[in-house]
Amino acid sequence: MKNAKVIELEEVAIRFSGDSGDGMQLTGTLFSDTSALLGNDISTFPDYPSEIRAPQGTVGGVSGFQVQFGKKKITTPGDLAHVLVAMNPAALKANAVFMNPGGTIIFDADSFSGKNLEKAQFKTDDPFTELKLNDFSLIPVPITSMTKESLKELELDNKSILRCKNMFALGLICWMFDRPLDYIEKFIQSKFGKKSPLIAEANLIVLHTGYNYGMNLQHMTPQYIVHPAPIEKGTYRNINGNNATAWGFIAAAEKAGLELFIGSYPITPATDILQALAERKDLGVKSFQAEDEIAGICTTIGAAFAGDLAVTSTSGPGFALKSEALGLSVMAELPIVVVNVQRGGPSTGLPTKTEQSDLLQTLYGRNGESPVVVLAASTPSDCFYYAFLSAKITLERMVPVVLLTDGFLGNGSEPWRVPSMDELPSITPRKAKNPETFLPYNRDPETLAREWAIPGMEGFEHRIGGLEKNNAGGVNQDPDNHQRNSEMRAAKVEKVADMIPEMEVDGEPEGDLLVVGWGGTYGHMISSVRAMQEAGKNVSLAHFNYIKPLPKNTAEVFGKFKKIVVCELNMGQFASYLRDKLPQFTYHQVNKMKGLPFSVHELVENFDKLLEA
Amino acid sequence: MTKFNYTAKDFKSAAEVRWCPGCGDYAIMNAVQKTMADMDIAHKDFAVISGIGCSSRFPYYMSTYGFHTIHGRAAAIASGVKSANPDLTVWVMTGDGDSLAIGGNHFIHLVRRNINLNLVLFNNKIYGLTKGQYSPTSDRGKITKTSPFGTIEDSFVPGQLVLGSRGTFFARAVDNNMKHTQEVLADAALHQGTSIVEVLQNCVIFNDGIHDFISDPKFRSERQIFLRKGQPMIFGELEDKGLILEKGKLKVAKIGENGITREDILVHEPSEDNLGLQVALINMTLPEFPVAMGVIRSVEAPVYDQEMKKQIETVQQKRKISCMDELLQSGNTWTVEGENCSEPVKFFDNKCFG
Repeated sequence: MKNAKVIELEEVAIRFSGDSGDGMQLTGTLFSDTSALLGNDISTFPDYPSEIRAPQGTVGGVSGFQVQFGKKKITTPGDLAHVLVAMNPAALKANAVFMNPGGTIIFDADSFSGKNLEKAQFKTDDPFTELKLNDFSLIPVPITSMTKESLKELELDNKSILRCKNMFALGLICWMFDRPLDYIEKFIQSKFGKKSPLIAEANLIVLHTGYNYGMNLQHMTPQYIVHPAPIEKGTYRNINGNNATAWGFIAAAEKAGLELFIGSYPITPATDILQALAERKDLGVKSFQAEDEIAGICTTIGAAFAGDLAVTSTSGPGFALKSEALGLSVMAELPIVVVNVQRGGPSTGLPTKTEQSDLLQTLYGRNGESPVVVLAASTPSDCFYYAFLSAKITLERMVPVVLLTDGFLGNGSEPWRVPSMDELPSITPRKAKNPETFLPYNRDPETLAREWAIPGMEGFEHRIGGLEKNNAGGVNQDPDNHQRNSEMRAAKVEKVADMIPEMEVDGEPEGDLLVVGWGGTYGHMISSVRAMQEAGKNVSLAHFNYIKPLPKNTAEVFGKFKKIVVCELNMGQFASYLRDKLPQFTYHQVNKMKGLPFSVHELVENFDKLLEA
Repeated sequence: MTKFNYTAKDFKSAAEVRWCPGCGDYAIMNAVQKTMADMDIAHKDFAVISGIGCSSRFPYYMSTYGFHTIHGRAAAIASGVKSANPDLTVWVMTGDGDSLAIGGNHFIHLVRRNINLNLVLFNNKIYGLTKGQYSPTSDRGKITKTSPFGTIEDSFVPGQLVLGSRGTFFARAVDNNMKHTQEVLADAALHQGTSIVEVLQNCVIFNDGIHDFISDPKFRSERQIFLRKGQPMIFGELEDKGLILEKGKLKVAKIGENGITREDILVHEPSEDNLGLQVALINMTLPEFPVAMGVIRSVEAPVYDQEMKKQIETVQQKRKISCMDELLQSGNTWTVEGENCSEPVKFFDNKCFG
């Protein structure tokens, strides 16, 4: 160890990349978990193609996983990686642009051969010169041949042997960053141990081979030390946004004393929510995989009518299909939560890439005046709290809630101090109480919420539907009645502003530039704003989780800054919403439509320009 | 004997019924209300769900819990209701447009899942509420407002679709034969699983008389065959005709001719899993055959909502995690403590959540 070149870092980002069948997502996840267990704060970003197995060796088939970890609070997976693991030339080509200048590139020397270079469409035999990577620290490692060599004693077929390559890379990286292997070993044992002990053994051998390789060749591989981050006391776990969303609903159902129902249809990148809930039969979750997106929300509406906390999950295209039924829940005033894990659009668009382009669809994309409450989570772990809160709002206010997350949050993970249920606020569903006075559309004068009477409750039998109605639920199409009901439904949504917190800015409450963001961009927004604050700039951040209604003090907050810039991963949807709601302000915009998160660097650059202008 | 002593009246709401005078829906509603009263199940436990169309106004005319939803989605919404609470008695009221066109997907998947609810399919072979366009059960060549030169497509046979979706219960009735409709609905109500009852219903305005050739009471016994469990498939004024199988095909035979006796006539066994014969019965059309009425298929199979409940109970019997706090603390967790660390801040602190 003494001879090793040891570098101490505050934070470091590593990008694992290879063919989509190379196991890079698993490699990245195992490394992230190990780092989190060591006490580093982490943030991850899986970046994978929409094809399950695109043609091997091509740039289109490259799957990547980036993790940033450090000794301080980590809010993004890092703009650029310090270390790249490239399993083949295509991976190098696809990821070179995401590298920190002068970073370290570890590559499988065996795979950098003529045929693979050709598949990745390199023109010469020297991909590094071609990509202008000569200033980087290049570490060729014969990953394939070492993997084969180490497993030659085992009776394994060639395919199974090659599938262990990722463990070599993982072992090597673990040595470089001084991570113990015990967590990974346990994982391998529990995953393969019982079913196929031979595969488990092979993976373990290769993992250690990779680790030992680093140790033995320490003259060429630098070793990094990243100290644990000082964080809040408590029990931690690593969680991704989709899991956190699913668990937030289970917590809400328990708090509300209701059973949880999810009716949903698989769609990238939201499917994990349905899967995570289907797994929780132990907690009584009823999961219904519907025949289509429409049935997903319709079964959910049915379950809400029948008295469950009912939720459905989807992504943009599915959300479009759910529009009409969402309108029904607006009209019937039944409590449901729809989660939209946004992805790149329009149409099928970029299924595995992140975007925030469903905001206007969510706010306005239904026939008629059809207002719903819209919330947006901002980190993988706070998806838990916003899912919980969505359920609280829908059950207490009898209004549908749409929770917006996105692919970046849904798949990204971070360590999370798990709360105890005592920390969460109560949820009191508006169950009808008095059959004598009950009418389905009598409203609480304060909140305008109606009461919820559930089939099976004696004396509350009533009819509801999608037609405009009177207080008794009967059909009523009188002009004045429709006017009044339309206003009521809108006002009921606005009244939710009474139960949400006011906007608190990060930074000084007044200044030169207010950076405005919403939802899943929080990590990059806060990093860039902090960077500017540290550089002495007069910049603050207002990051929105409450889209409709907006926090009550929004105008007051906006009024204290000379300039406002709205940053979002779309063409300016929140900005146009703000122009509609608060037209007295001028909104500058930073927009990005690349299917990728913002980088801190590009945000800072834009803010600087605005300050200078 | 009965717990509740309900009559049909107990299921009528105060709402004014607004179907056209002479509409077949009135008779069907009376039959449904009578059936519900006879079921002797608490009034509060009924939920009537409908989609869009004339027949879908049904819930408003009932005094039970009711939900008039959106076009085509009644089956999906009812699936959610019943899965969320299997203790409810769920009825779906729908038409040929609602269930076989815009809601076709939900319809076949409801049947496939075998969710324990009763679906009454009002088949008038026309779009009534939109004033007379052809439906997926309109016959080829039918002239309507959207097919002024006749349709150029074949229609669904609802029973075929049901059995093709592995349906466990299918019955057919005619709106002008209330006694028989009620009999069939009673069987449907008892069935464990999705029961589909197709009622040939007359739209007096836009498709008047479409079923007349079948339904005319004067020729009822000649043109309809009433299938009953365990009974020979006999029809005719003089009960002199019956169904036999010849070379694998159904055939009408005259009893007493060509050596055919009552013993040669097929016996109806709806509870046997005999899809081929049951589909053949469904497919019978005039003039070669009488049209089959009654419960054509009623077989046992696992019921979705019960299975869902059972699965949760089975998992819960062996569960290691029994509440959210346990789930949060389960699996790969680690503890952070020490002097470097700060006290945890609750997420919802200092915010106005009551």
